[in-house]
Amino acid sequence: MSGAINPTQPVLDIVDLSISLPASADRALAVERASLAVLPGQTLCVVGESGSGKSMIANAVMGLLPRPHVAPVAGRILFEGTDLLTLTEAQMRELRGRRIGMVFQEPMTALNPVMRIGEQIGEVFDAHMTVPAAEKRRRILAALADVGLPDPELTIDSYPFRLSGGQRQRVMIACALVLEPVLLICDEPTTALDVTTQAQILKLMRELQQRRGTAVLFITHDFGVVSEIADHVVVMQTGQLVEAGSARDVLDAPQHPYTRKLIDAIPDGQARRATPTDEVVRVLQVQDLCKTYRSGNGLFKRGRSVQAAKDISFELKRGETLGLVGESGSGKSSVGRCLVGLAPFDSGRILFKGRHLSQGAAFRREAAGKIQMVFQDPYASLNPRHKVGSAIADGPIVQGVSKSEAMARALELLKLVGLGADAAQRYPHEFSGGQRQRIAIARALAMQPELLVADEPVSALDVSVQAQVLELFAQVREQFQLAMVFITHDLRVAGQMCDHIAVMQRGEVVEYGETHQVLGNPQHAYTRKLIAAVPRLTQQTQHLTMAVA
Amino acid sequence: MTKSPFWRRFTRNKGALAGIVVLAIVVVVALLGPWIATNDPWGMVQQPFLRPWTEPGFALGTDTLGRDILSGMIYGARISLLIGAVSTVVALLIGITLGAVAGYFGGLIDSALMRFTEIFQAVPSFALAIVLVAIFQPSVGSIVTAIAIVSWPPVARLVRSEFLTLRQRDFVQAALLAGQSTPRIILTQILPNAMSPIIVMASLMVATAILLESSLSFLGLGDPNQMSWGYMVGSARTVLRQAWWMALFPGLAIVLTVLALNLVGEGLSDGLNTRLDGRTK
Amino acid sequence: MKRLQFMLTRVLQGLVAILLIATVNFMLVRAAPGDPVSVLAGEAGASDAQFVAQLRTQFGLDQPITTQLATYLGKVVTLDLGFSYRQQQPVLKLIVDRLPATLLLTGSAFVLSLLFGVTLGALSARRAGTWVDSSITVVALIFYATPLYWLALMAVLVFTVQLAWLPGFGFSTVGSGLTGLALAWDIAQHLLLPALTLALFYMAVYARMTRAAMLDVAQMDFVKTARAKGVKPGRILRAHVLRNALLPVVTLAGIQAGGMIGGAVLTETVFAWPGIGRLMFDALLQRDYSLLLGSFLVTAAMAVLFNLITDLVYTLVDPRIELT
Repeated sequence: MSGAINPTQPVLDIVDLSISLPASADRALAVERASLAVLPGQTLCVVGESGSGKSMIANAVMGLLPRPHVAPVAGRILFEGTDLLTLTEAQMRELRGRRIGMVFQEPMTALNPVMRIGEQIGEVFDAHMTVPAAEKRRRILAALADVGLPDPELTIDSYPFRLSGGQRQRVMIACALVLEPVLLICDEPTTALDVTTQAQILKLMRELQQRRGTAVLFITHDFGVVSEIADHVVVMQTGQLVEAGSARDVLDAPQHPYTRKLIDAIPDGQARRATPTDEVVRVLQVQDLCKTYRSGNGLFKRGRSVQAAKDISFELKRGETLGLVGESGSGKSSVGRCLVGLAPFDSGRILFKGRHLSQGAAFRREAAGKIQMVFQDPYASLNPRHKVGSAIADGPIVQGVSKSEAMARALELLKLVGLGADAAQRYPHEFSGGQRQRIAIARALAMQPELLVADEPVSALDVSVQAQVLELFAQVREQFQLAMVFITHDLRVAGQMCDHIAVMQRGEVVEYGETHQVLGNPQHAYTRKLIAAVPRLTQQTQHLTMAVA
Repeated sequence: MTKSPFWRRFTRNKGALAGIVVLAIVVVVALLGPWIATNDPWGMVQQPFLRPWTEPGFALGTDTLGRDILSGMIYGARISLLIGAVSTVVALLIGITLGAVAGYFGGLIDSALMRFTEIFQAVPSFALAIVLVAIFQPSVGSIVTAIAIVSWPPVARLVRSEFLTLRQRDFVQAALLAGQSTPRIILTQILPNAMSPIIVMASLMVATAILLESSLSFLGLGDPNQMSWGYMVGSARTVLRQAWWMALFPGLAIVLTVLALNLVGEGLSDGLNTRLDGRTK
Repeated sequence: MKRLQFMLTRVLQGLVAILLIATVNFMLVRAAPGDPVSVLAGEAGASDAQFVAQLRTQFGLDQPITTQLATYLGKVVTLDLGFSYRQQQPVLKLIVDRLPATLLLTGSAFVLSLLFGVTLGALSARRAGTWVDSSITVVALIFYATPLYWLALMAVLVFTVQLAWLPGFGFSTVGSGLTGLALAWDIAQHLLLPALTLALFYMAVYARMTRAAMLDVAQMDFVKTARAKGVKPGRILRAHVLRNALLPVVTLAGIQAGGMIGGAVLTETVFAWPGIGRLMFDALLQRDYSLLLGSFLVTAAMAVLFNLITDLVYTLVDPRIELT
């Protein structure tokens, strides 16, 4: 087993590393005088939000920065005593894949789509040594089995498009570890995966590390992941290291205000207790909703059908929030689109304020704009060619409100969501993700809706920004007494925002009830699996199992 | 001129700058044509086969019938630019309409329109243009129509793919939720976002149209009342040994104009931040 | 098996396309100014009253239009493309005689353009930003802007008239009585200039596309993964970048095939190459519309066949394509 003989000599020792950015960037240095060390057999997590420079460090170690625009300008990267910044490209190539392995964030695009899996792992051998074909195949099969892929014999000859995201990530890990490197660098490897898949991959990585004694440098934005796998932590904010220490110390007693802010921003999963109301008006009633997607029907071929929603039923009163929780493929987004009338459904009924709504364009007409949606991707939900003010005012204008009144309403709403009135004359690209989401909320509110459906509204945002936007949702809900359907994959968020939760799996609601019941005393096996998979800070476990807030 | 990001990116492309200068010259020559040409291009005013730069006033020599080549080229610029521009506009109108409808509505309408487009694309476009102009007798009108008919399919495909993508974007969904009508969504929400690749394609289409028109004229399918560059090269074909200049100069004019248009197209693509195949960078 | 099924489907679609094009031919004859019979007879044939009467009955021109269409399509299916009065031969025979020459020309031009185009484009991408890249790009831009017929004329001017290196006209040296290898060599010499001329424009197209595609693919995530594995740059270029960049080039080749067949008309005219393109040109001069439309249909059929072949090649090259 390879690995440092001396357990206290770091495998990777970064000293005062600074990385520059091109002249057009918002700051001069991506990373400023960062220092960290990874000991053999241990995991160091680098935590930060987007733009903190954490990925830059990982790329710098591997020598994969997009030079000449972005390059290390100061400091040393000592790997087993040698300064990597002084090596030639050929020397770095020797190390890559053999002594240092790397796993990237996006598994769907990380593999060559026209090359078989076996060949992609075989490349690692070919790049560093000569191995006879039979031996190589044996070792590739062993590597595939090692990372938990079922049926290695089949996988070795398959193309990537046959594998899921989680499976592709396992292949990446196999490629990175097949030559038993002493250091493994992981750049947000589980961010793009489902919660349950993420849990599996993290477990796999822990096992592999323990078995082989590999040192791991793990980049992430999720403190929950940190608490699951890190031995040591380093926190980064806009290129600077603000806190470092053992995982236990940093999580239990964070020193720096930024670290504290990040940890506090994580929804604590504290279950929201529904305030009992005298409301009897059911804003929304969904009865036996069914929707099936049929694809690929051609003249000579049969199509595939996927049942996205099967007999979905629930109710919502004014001022209440329902959480639709599920992983990708659960059908929650499809249900969301049916609720607002953007997608037709096959059978079942949707009643809005007691009135049965018909399908398609008629649905939207009958709802008269009183059902609105806030979308997931803040970068795609605003028309890049329209000014923010007109984007908000357009809706009411179409509904018959006069132009001046609509603009006045728009300005008022912009103030309400925390952006000044001058935002109305600007274009979406001038705003950050969190600000755009606020604009999207303002746009939805401009229609004076009675039901608001939020489809993963904070998934694409940084943790600290998430907390602010969720707060805005809560505030708006109180002020306008909105009924809300909150679609999310994150149980912690659902716990904080919703009175009731419906857990969806493959198109069916497997559990439905008040939040504290569902989270505190889950009945269905899938719900329990979901709760267990949520990476959480150790203290929080107690909160989730407490029945009383 | 304010240094907007578009101009900054455009002017960084040296080729595009050169292209715009050349294009400007050609346009000016075309516009001022009748006033700067010293002779009627059809007038047999000198001895045939006069070599270039031997006689003042006939800088580029004369052709088989003693016609002034320089004047012919000036008038040729007019017809090439005219046909190029008009046929492109017509092709754009057809292509954008069909592409937008196919991309927005999807489903059966899309399938039907795409089959229709595919038939047109399956046919060699130049051969179809020849047949169309031959059957309907050559004239500016029939040439413009023929070029437009063979040029609209790529536009339709581009617009369709843009609309298919943009249709699914959340801001369009939000517009639907606000109750905006279909024509309003197509014109005010989607089309403005699809314009960049269309503009780039348009400049390249003018270039192709000019090449097509000159090829048709070369084969004798040009409007018999118009002196065009292609016709001039065509009339040189059988007398190449004696009068190479009859083919060289008009051909160079075509190369320079088309090259300029291509360079401007690349500049536009840089300036508007799109790629030449239509997707955004 | 799946592949066979796919092929059959595409062949069927191709046949439908050809029939539709034949229908367009039919409509064009009707839509043309003047009496449809005189259009079919052509300028030469229209003066022969007996011939005209014959055509009128053959095509059933006094019958309802749907019957006429059915008759016409029936003729097309049985490969009866009409009779050229001017040349006193059935159109089909004239075309079949010329087909091999055009296939030889377009085939070699296609191969040349792809080979050189992709190589130059790859070289340009590999050395992006250097003088190699700039010069290849400039040359490609110039050839992309050059009209085929003019390039052909200039080639004849330089290589045949001035330098006398290569023959500029015809398929082979007339009356030389060469056979076997000597004949093949003679044909090759005659083929070189036309094939090269036809190829140059498309070479520019493929070079630009290959360069753009390679630069694109080089930015993709899986290339970064390959680098992180320590794979050597040569292998990355071949197995990762080029392999993926070729996909859009194959698609483009299919689309450009139609263009190349159209371009053959111009090239054959200038070089007096005895192919279908030249035939079309003659038909134009002689106002022989039957021959013109017949040749058009055959060139369209060639383009359809070509697209089919590229589609098949694409499925072989891209494993993601589901064949059913």
